[in-house]
Amino acid sequence: MSGRSTRYAPDPILDPSTGTVVAGAGNAADRDGARFGARLALARNVGGVGPVVAAFIAFVAIWKIAIAVGDLKPFVLPSPEAVAARFIGAWADGTMAPHAWTTVVEVLLGFAAGASAGLAVGWLLARSRLIERLASPYLVAAQAVPILALAPLLALWFGPGLLAKVIICALIVFFPVAIATMVGIRSVDRRLLELAASLRATRRQVLTSIEIPAALPAILGGLRVGVTLAVVGAIVGEWAGADKGLGVLVNLARGSLFDYPLMFATLVTIALLGIACYSLVVLAERRLVGVR
Amino acid sequence: MSGRPPIPDQAGSRPGRLVAEDLRVAFRPPSRGATPTVALDGLSLDVAGGEIVALIGPNGCGKSTFLRVAAGLLAAERGRITLDGRPITAPDDRIGLVFQEPRLLPWRTAARNITYPLELAGWSPERRAVRLAEMLHIVGLEAAAELRPVQMSGGMQQRASIARALALSPAVLLLDEPFSSLDALTRERFNLELLRLQERTATTIVIVTHSIPEAILVADRVIVMSPRPGRVAAEVRIDAPRPRSVEMLDEALVSRAAADIRAHLEIPEHVA
Repeated sequence: MSGRSTRYAPDPILDPSTGTVVAGAGNAADRDGARFGARLALARNVGGVGPVVAAFIAFVAIWKIAIAVGDLKPFVLPSPEAVAARFIGAWADGTMAPHAWTTVVEVLLGFAAGASAGLAVGWLLARSRLIERLASPYLVAAQAVPILALAPLLALWFGPGLLAKVIICALIVFFPVAIATMVGIRSVDRRLLELAASLRATRRQVLTSIEIPAALPAILGGLRVGVTLAVVGAIVGEWAGADKGLGVLVNLARGSLFDYPLMFATLVTIALLGIACYSLVVLAERRLVGVR
Repeated sequence: MSGRPPIPDQAGSRPGRLVAEDLRVAFRPPSRGATPTVALDGLSLDVAGGEIVALIGPNGCGKSTFLRVAAGLLAAERGRITLDGRPITAPDDRIGLVFQEPRLLPWRTAARNITYPLELAGWSPERRAVRLAEMLHIVGLEAAAELRPVQMSGGMQQRASIARALALSPAVLLLDEPFSSLDALTRERFNLELLRLQERTATTIVIVTHSIPEAILVADRVIVMSPRPGRVAAEVRIDAPRPRSVEMLDEALVSRAAADIRAHLEIPEHVA
């Protein structure tokens, strides 16, 4: 046996992300992740800082070249330094923070609600072909209707407050999580289920000791997709009617204040929020998969 | 049972007596109108407490099906199977089952795989730890307790799965070609270890195998099964004392038993 150089199956699912985030650094360190999950995650990121910085510099350079070559006016594409200055300024003078906070709350609540519902429904769908047959047309239909079209309606029903945004977020998160959970639980090795049956495991024990651990990589994949969609959902919800939030600030900066650097700074904030949420899920994934 | 003389000096006296009476198992046909596959038909078998019986037979003769019925995972269409007089209708913690492949939970360490049945049975962590130490010692996995299945060799994995099957101290251990993926030398060592283990635990053992040498080495009795539908075609006693070792088995006895088994295995296919 090559001993510690191999590891259980979740890796193919985990690796693409680590590949994109840290360009494959610190793979060897990953293996004994059990107890050192979080520390190792840091170590990997440190190992990957070089390429990340290089990529960022290249990004900014292309931005500047595009402005120079295309002779783009600041209201079409402001310069990176203008956006950076406005970004810092907006956070320093308290313009950004209240909007960002509103959006964060919407995203977190919406994600939590949508993911919980997705897990529960995904499990039900996996358990019963009948339920799947009866419910999936509605689920697919709900997913196929553009959330952009649904948002004004939900705003009308649930008012301009937090609730409508949380529902929009939850709706958009629900589908990928439900499908990932269903597929994950369906793909559990039947031989392990037979083992559990031979050991007289109860329905609940099968769920906690076999189905959840076996489906976890797939479920976490669904959560990764879901959490980035949650940010989209919050912004769309805010566009449909709100008085606060990053989506509102984008509209405000563009339509009323004509402050294009602020608009771009807000977009940067939204992107950072998405990256932060995604990283949290990846971190949770390392923890869970490590502990297994 | 069924006209066979009882096993001398043991029958009924020691716990772990497994009796199958006239078992029939048929699998539903894949399509309507097709005839069902009859895996077992009229299989009767009486295994005394503490006895080691090897089941041998051609592929598809229902050996594994029999083990699944005995483990309570599969219901017989007709006939019944009892352990110490009590019918087996569902999985039972007096019966330990070892599958052909180790079937460990890949996300658990060897230790947590071995204690898995204890967890399911609601043992406290303290009791589990005590039992784990015993089991690790018995199967010689003390050094590998914290390894995950992928970090273990095939032999280590199968040791862990045997320890898991024995964790609840079953009266009967059922093994479904447990060593078929091991090389010949390792396999022989595992067979001898299984015998030593059996001496310590006095467990009744039913082992399904494809290997005539393996059957002769471990078993008190070799049951030769007919091609599908499976029933007992013949039984061959291995009159060698236990504890056994490879050297002890005298060649004449082995070749006679092997010839006997082979003769019964070579039932022409068209009979079925």
